[in-house]
Amino acid sequence: MFRRRGDRYVADLAVDEIRVLRKVASEVVGLLTDGFDHSDPVVGRLFPEVYPDDSAGTAEFRTYTEGDLKTGKIDQAGAILAALPETAGGEVQLDSEAAEAWLRALNDARLAMGVRLEIKDGTDLGAELDEAVTADPSSSRVFQLSVYAYLGYLQESLLNAMID
Amino acid sequence: MGGMAAPQVAPVEAPDTEEVPVSDRPWVTIVWDDPVNLMSYVTWVFQKLFGYSREKAEKLMLDVHHKGRAVVSSGARERMEHDAAQLHAYGLWATVERS
Repeated sequence: MFRRRGDRYVADLAVDEIRVLRKVASEVVGLLTDGFDHSDPVVGRLFPEVYPDDSAGTAEFRTYTEGDLKTGKIDQAGAILAALPETAGGEVQLDSEAAEAWLRALNDARLAMGVRLEIKDGTDLGAELDEAVTADPSSSRVFQLSVYAYLGYLQESLLNAMID
Repeated sequence: MGGMAAPQVAPVEAPDTEEVPVSDRPWVTIVWDDPVNLMSYVTWVFQKLFGYSREKAEKLMLDVHHKGRAVVSSGARERMEHDAAQLHAYGLWATVERS
């Protein structure tokens, strides 16, 4: 988890954490590049309709904003990839600019996973995880739920370190 | 009310409750509740983007959380679209409408 050290935000990440972060950041990049499709609910959540009752207005808004928005989201996911240690486990060090990019990118990854996992208001992650483990401990849902929970803790720890 | 009988006066004509023409009403940016964004993150985004105090940002966040939506800014349509685009960049679910 992140903590502040001087003007940096640092975290010691285990090899599994690095692998997971590399995977989710790459998936976000993939979703925003080759896989970009407005009919995908994840894309719909990351690029909401600004005028829910006016598709022409929404389309016009997208003409002006979507390129920059997409580039920004790809860059912030890239900031995660760029800061991860190449080798096994190790320390991640972020300056304030990278920390903000991480915060936003972690949020994008959680939004994407939240849609796929059908996270609702009031979803009890612990209970969901117990249920998934009981059904099949080796299922992808167990893995995805644990990653989702992990990203939430990591994001919160970074935010707390930035606010303090 | 008690006391003296009030002198009888002709009822004052109620002022015209002029409907503000739709085209003159300002636009607003709305942020909607979603189950993923952390409350602390949403508060931080409001402070960061709008320069709101911690208290104001927290109150707005709680409005979003409890009422399902909150107006976070109001003004000219172009400015609201700018705000919405910024909020989208931070992953908040924002829309624009007339107030």
